[in-house]
Amino acid sequence: MSVKKISKEQPDSFEFSSANADVAKKIISNYPDGKQQSAVMPLLYIAQRQNNNWIPLAAMKHIAKFLNMPYIKVYEVATFYSMYNLAPVGKYFYQVCTTTPCMLRGAYKLVELCKSKISKKENELSENGNCSWVEVECLGACVNAPMIQINNDYYEDLDKEKLEKIIDQTLNGKTPKVGSYRGRTNSEPEHDRKTLLELKNA
Amino acid sequence: MLEDKDRIFKNLYNDMGIDVLSSQKRGDWLNVKEICSKGREWIINEIKSSELRGRGGAGFPTGLKWSFAPKEIGSRPHYLVINADESEPGTCKDRDILRFEPHKLIEGCLIASYAVNAHKCYIYIRGEYFNEGEELQKAIDEAYEKKLIGKNASNTGWDLDIYIHYGAGAYICGEETALLESLEGKKGQPRLKPPFPALIGLYGCPTIINNVETIAVVPTILRRGAKWFASIGKPKNTGTKIFCISGNVNNPCNVEEEMGISLKDLIEQHAGGVIGGWENLKAVIPGGSSMPLLPKETCDTIKMDFDSLVQQKSGLGTAGIIVINKDQDIIKCMARIARFYKHESCGQCTPCREGSGWMWRMLERMTKGEASREEVDMLMDVTKQIEGHTICAFGEGSAWPVQGLLRHFKKEVIKRNNFNPLINTNKNIPYLIDQHLLEKENDKVKS
Repeated sequence: MSVKKISKEQPDSFEFSSANADVAKKIISNYPDGKQQSAVMPLLYIAQRQNNNWIPLAAMKHIAKFLNMPYIKVYEVATFYSMYNLAPVGKYFYQVCTTTPCMLRGAYKLVELCKSKISKKENELSENGNCSWVEVECLGACVNAPMIQINNDYYEDLDKEKLEKIIDQTLNGKTPKVGSYRGRTNSEPEHDRKTLLELKNA
Repeated sequence: MLEDKDRIFKNLYNDMGIDVLSSQKRGDWLNVKEICSKGREWIINEIKSSELRGRGGAGFPTGLKWSFAPKEIGSRPHYLVINADESEPGTCKDRDILRFEPHKLIEGCLIASYAVNAHKCYIYIRGEYFNEGEELQKAIDEAYEKKLIGKNASNTGWDLDIYIHYGAGAYICGEETALLESLEGKKGQPRLKPPFPALIGLYGCPTIINNVETIAVVPTILRRGAKWFASIGKPKNTGTKIFCISGNVNNPCNVEEEMGISLKDLIEQHAGGVIGGWENLKAVIPGGSSMPLLPKETCDTIKMDFDSLVQQKSGLGTAGIIVINKDQDIIKCMARIARFYKHESCGQCTPCREGSGWMWRMLERMTKGEASREEVDMLMDVTKQIEGHTICAFGEGSAWPVQGLLRHFKKEVIKRNNFNPLINTNKNIPYLIDQHLLEKENDKVKS
């Protein structure tokens, strides 16, 4: 189990924007009548997106009222799942995978680089506040290891030099190119592909 | 090697496009109506005789699972839930299906829903796969537009609605009952079984839960016939499977191959061989991190299917092959896997919550050579205390990789951690010394 830190500085109030409230109502209708509690996870995501990628306690209270469920149950869910940020993160939020398949291909070199270029410790903002990073468990792109996720996008087949360029771009507020950084297509073998070749050339 | 014409996932690398028209060119949505008109019994029997086993890790026969659903809809609605919470380290097959073959999955959802009497289908995708989920949502919208799903889906007379639900980074939600809890808006902590979800599942209603790959191969099996599928691979281990080859190989990749292919062929032909040559191979984790590793001697001859791997005290799991060569520190690799399990334990059962942390801390010390000789056996003992003493299979999943390490590389671990236990060196460390031993010594001094 992992411990999550909840930000000490909390906004006084939170409410869904009217557009987001409509989206939330539509999501609730995906679940059977009376089972609106199911929507707590999607609603937390909406709150997170609306509030610069983190969820304040006031948002949990708002969602609890919205779904007519106890606040503590929303709090339980928000603290159980690792993808809900309960403290501010950078505009570019780096998640560096270091589980064994990525580790075998040098993921800890990437961690060192994040430490030296973004912030010394995990979950701390970079000096200009643009970036923050965290070490995470397997992100499910093992054949493209080592890889990182920035916000919703995967950056694959990295090494130290390539990540350095990516970090420089994000520190300056630019979004780098998404996908493989060794120029291969998705999860095919980089050289000497032997399958489905007719379709490739067709 | 499997011939291209027998591969099910022709768009595995996205050479051909994802939209419904290009999918139809590959044969998707071709004759759903015809298939469904043959009836539920026929579909379930066909899947049974194809001997398709679940692709999510446990390898449970799919046809049998479907037959557990009540034959008629009673007072409670039925649900189909697709498990796309792919989080097993070493596995990334479902990701490619979600983003490049979404129509195979949606078509499979329709057929499976029809077979188990479900009008609603939830696809539970891990939160990190946000972009993949968006691709799938696009495909679902397309399917609604073309009336392939929705009211009277594909003119079969069956109504089906498909919804996506995102997880939020919890490995345990890949366990089917934890997934249901999560879908109900709670913490993902597994439920006691029985009752099994086929009778009491989502919202207390009959629910069938299948892996993405299992559902996505169903339409092709029914189109080409159970005999065709059963002719590939070995008896009871039939069909094709997407293998994910990662770690110390020259060309890590996903590839669809027949079941029972030899591990050496798979690595050498498709993944460009082990870095440093086959002789440089140290060990292979054959089925995602939960499965015990295999030493090189076994890798020389092993065939990749459920039963052959069980014979070697390992398992096919999700077919995520992690190759480790001799340049790596095997104890460190396993310590990292132990850390993964420590991080992902849901905290419900004490043996797992506490034990996974113990294993990690012991292995970390063993990596540095700071453990005593006796602790190696103690570690084995800890794994045995976890295995079989938890609600879900996470206990086994966390204990097996450590057991695998000790089974095959015990000598190496002992060689690095070979000093005498503190108790034998007559150091008086109070918490390490048995109190009654101290009392005996005190008695000696007195007399």
